[in-house]
Amino acid sequence: MSNSKWMESLVGLFIMMAVAGMLVLSFKVSDFSRLDKNNSYEIHAEFDNIGALKMRAAVTIAGVKIGQVDKVILDPVTYKANVYLRINNKNRNIPIDSSLSILTAGLLGSNYVSISPGFDSNFLQNGDAISDTHPALILEDMIGQLLFSMKSDKSNSEAGKTT
Amino acid sequence: MISHLRQLGRSGMDVCDRLGESGIFLLRTLTRKPRFFRSCPLLIRQLYACGVLSLPIILVSGLFIGMVVALQGFNVLSKFSATEELGQMVALTVVRELGPVMTALLFAGRAGSALTAEIGLMKATEQLASIEMMGVDPLWRIISPRFWAGVYSLPLLAIIFCAVAIFGGYLVGVSWLGVDNGAFWSNMQASVDFRVDVLNGIIKSLVFGLVVTWIALFQGYACLPTAEGISRATTRTVVYASLSVLGLDFVLTALMMGGW
Repeated sequence: MSNSKWMESLVGLFIMMAVAGMLVLSFKVSDFSRLDKNNSYEIHAEFDNIGALKMRAAVTIAGVKIGQVDKVILDPVTYKANVYLRINNKNRNIPIDSSLSILTAGLLGSNYVSISPGFDSNFLQNGDAISDTHPALILEDMIGQLLFSMKSDKSNSEAGKTT
Repeated sequence: MISHLRQLGRSGMDVCDRLGESGIFLLRTLTRKPRFFRSCPLLIRQLYACGVLSLPIILVSGLFIGMVVALQGFNVLSKFSATEELGQMVALTVVRELGPVMTALLFAGRAGSALTAEIGLMKATEQLASIEMMGVDPLWRIISPRFWAGVYSLPLLAIIFCAVAIFGGYLVGVSWLGVDNGAFWSNMQASVDFRVDVLNGIIKSLVFGLVVTWIALFQGYACLPTAEGISRATTRTVVYASLSVLGLDFVLTALMMGGW
């Protein structure tokens, strides 16, 4: 009888260990404190181009993470990208004339949304839209523009010589 | 020529036969009426045999695998001076792949072979037949508790394996190689998603538990009741279980990551 009790308590210990491991995995390894409707609010903005912005990308002010990208929808009429941002309720004091830009972490890092605060004393509420947005910088476009401008400079100067 | 063809056909039919037989076996095991209060003590005894007795091998191999992944990762990451990402690398490797797969392989070797040998010996000494003579259903009394114990204990073991492996990576990365403690954990938290990474790993290990236990029990139940038959069934359990775990891992990963 004591043998079976010993066995049962060992099985109990085993299950307790698994539960402890699960707690470690959920709170220490993965950040379980997700943003949902209860602890956050949603704002949205239209971008010309979002580059490689993905869902769950960070939303920052001055480099401090305050939320994440919830979803990205293509507007069927204007062909702009409608980006929905979920901001933590701790940061309710974002002025309504703030501007959004999509930046890249490091040279080859992932894209994130950066908010530059404005000066208005009215703050963004749930469902509000931000109109002042700066699209992502696409490296290929910039190189293309650079090459194009170099070429046109050259042809301009050559044209000047001949005439 | 014709005889070769006939041999091929016969072996193909044998394989189909075996597969169908094992499918019916699984179905009959799953559809036993659960009598909770009477089968609970049986289940606990089997959880002890499958889960608790597998703990030492899981703990030790988890610790060392975490340490090795951290060491190898540090060597590569230091070339790109990105050693702060070590925590992310260890956690993603372990939680997504190594945890479920290694646990299933070790479980097949440690608990699966034991299940096959136990049931094969019961069959060889006609204990299964005598239980049936007494009017007790052997599928309910012998097979079903072992099946559920295997299915339950593999995810639990995989969770413990992941936690211990990440601790091993922490030991090597932070305590020995000097990666920054805060960067190690915060990079890990930023990149590991609970639903996508951790839960999918646990779903994987649940499927592996089902497959490994099924193969082990069926091989024991259908083995030739001789000493040689039991030894061959035990070998087959380990080989088939390992192969199907690795194959299923690819399929499951492709399904889970397919949308990316």
